[in-house]
Amino acid sequence: MKDVKAHAGFPIKPVYGPEDLAGVDAERDIGRPGEYPYTRGIHAHMYRERLWTMRQYVGFGTPKETNARFKYLMAHGQDALNVAFDLPTQLGLDSDDPRAEGEVGRVGMAIDTLADMEEAFAGIPLDRVSVSLTINGMAAPITAMYYAVAERQGAAADRVVTTPQNDMLKEFVARGTWIYPVDPSLRLVADLIEFSAKHYPRSNPVSVCGYHIREAGCTTAQEMAYGLAIAAAYVELMLGRGMQVDEFAPRISFNFTAWGKIFEEVAKFRAGRRLYARMMRERFGAKNPKSWMFRSLIGGGGSAFVMQEPENNIVRGAYIALAAALSGAQTIALPTYDEAYTIPSAKAQLIALRTMQICAEESGAADTVDPLAGSYYVEALTGEMERAIGDELARVERMGGIVEAIKSGAIQAEVARQAYLFEQKLVSGEVAKVAANCHVGDTPAEADREVALYAFDPATLAAQVARLGKIRRERDNAAVARALARLSDTARGHDNLMVPILEAVKAYATIGEINRTMKDVFGEHKEPAGF
Amino acid sequence: MKILIAKPGLDGHDRGAKVVALALRDAGVEVVYSGLKRTPEEIVQDAIQEDVDVVGLSILSGAHVPLARRVIDGLRAAGAGDIKVVVGGIVPPRDIAELKKLGVAEVFPMGTPLPRIVAAFTKEAGET
Repeated sequence: MKDVKAHAGFPIKPVYGPEDLAGVDAERDIGRPGEYPYTRGIHAHMYRERLWTMRQYVGFGTPKETNARFKYLMAHGQDALNVAFDLPTQLGLDSDDPRAEGEVGRVGMAIDTLADMEEAFAGIPLDRVSVSLTINGMAAPITAMYYAVAERQGAAADRVVTTPQNDMLKEFVARGTWIYPVDPSLRLVADLIEFSAKHYPRSNPVSVCGYHIREAGCTTAQEMAYGLAIAAAYVELMLGRGMQVDEFAPRISFNFTAWGKIFEEVAKFRAGRRLYARMMRERFGAKNPKSWMFRSLIGGGGSAFVMQEPENNIVRGAYIALAAALSGAQTIALPTYDEAYTIPSAKAQLIALRTMQICAEESGAADTVDPLAGSYYVEALTGEMERAIGDELARVERMGGIVEAIKSGAIQAEVARQAYLFEQKLVSGEVAKVAANCHVGDTPAEADREVALYAFDPATLAAQVARLGKIRRERDNAAVARALARLSDTARGHDNLMVPILEAVKAYATIGEINRTMKDVFGEHKEPAGF
Repeated sequence: MKILIAKPGLDGHDRGAKVVALALRDAGVEVVYSGLKRTPEEIVQDAIQEDVDVVGLSILSGAHVPLARRVIDGLRAAGAGDIKVVVGGIVPPRDIAELKKLGVAEVFPMGTPLPRIVAAFTKEAGET
């Protein structure tokens, strides 16, 4: 008989039965949906009352082009936005910076000043649409721009629902849009959380991401363990500032992936919700049930997709959507079938949205809460995952805690090691990818030259740079200088940086100017050596 | 033989670069890894200083054409045009010919099996 292992490493038995549930206390460990410890989900009736939010990750070219794509998806039933920024924006470089060559508007939209943000959200009412901002190192200035646009639209602060990703710790492990060293990066994370908790009570000022660490190669159990450890680090950071846990914890959200083995993914989320609830209540003393809830965006992972016969990725996406729905996601976002080639075409985006809608409306996956509960297999697997996640959390503690383990590069090295092991499993066929490493035809499929791809428009750079030049000429440059001086002073002290950053963005200071001002004070992160 | 695996530009996705670096090291190749966000000029300098046979550029942001061009031009201008350049990452099929025209010796798009990359690297270095 074939040996089968979970991505977390433990063996999967061919049959599960009642004997596998010995030691599971249904009341204590599983409970009811919408009740502590939320193993079965954070809402009592889940999708019967409210379907998951469908939030495709979108952004490219100029703010104007992105605005048009937002409206296209909203016209087809997408109910919330998830904004992609280009790399210069994510790293605090203006579009005319020489280091931005070839990157302006490439993997997301280019934002240089508040004027760009105004154009990106023109005609989109920010008191009615919820918007995720995939921004980390530059989360403070970009979110400040978002708040400024909302204010100018006349949106009441308590109606603004935005989720800046603002998870810097994972950027040092995966994704890599770090700028400043770890400590000042954490200060910015905390400043945005604190400012938002006080002034924008419905914003979700941090989205803790296991997703990118998994995409970088870690296991399912590590994805959840590292995410929980990072969340705990942010909670400790805010407690250290004198905030009460219930003042900010209800707005913490999570971003995880669900590609892979469907039942293992479901078990990962059921175990993760249970562990998070217990951590928040028992370790941090949270009293508000909302502080115990693991609210999650569950997405795909481009790493699950392959280049060979790319249309097969549509099928893989459907299984990811099913896994996310069975896992009790609050929001779902799917990768698109063309991701192994380039950033998504409009057609590929629409297919991803339609995939989620078919899952929601046709498959029956949304008919009842946590439909896999009580399965011998899924309940046993949930327990196994909880133990595996616990083991990984203990390993993080032995490395000196998550912040130290990231500073030293120990986590990064472990993730790379796992990525290499995974690649070896792809080579050996232990992990199967149809048409890539198994059921490959006589002539192995090469890249499909017929796939209709998004074509990057080389005119983007000129348009964006011209616009930036115009803003620099027309703004009140004395006001910009004053705001940047105040930002510099604040960076040297301890007050909340969001206040001078808001002043600077409203004066149309550029993202590059704001970044440079802080970098002069904070310095730059130096990556731990090695691989 | 010696190889510099480098991440030019702003892209922070280093999974592929690290996996290839680990595989090459296991295959007995001497590997230097640049770390993230290096400019083409820094990569040229590192390649010469480390006296490598091949530079492997890993780019997943889509900016592979301008970045590869700057590295190749830089190597030639520094009299190190004999150092071969290969590119891996998210490279659409239509760009492969353009990269080859620039002088890129090999392109490994997403999904290339690891053994094929290792074999090609050892071959590239062996020819010099």
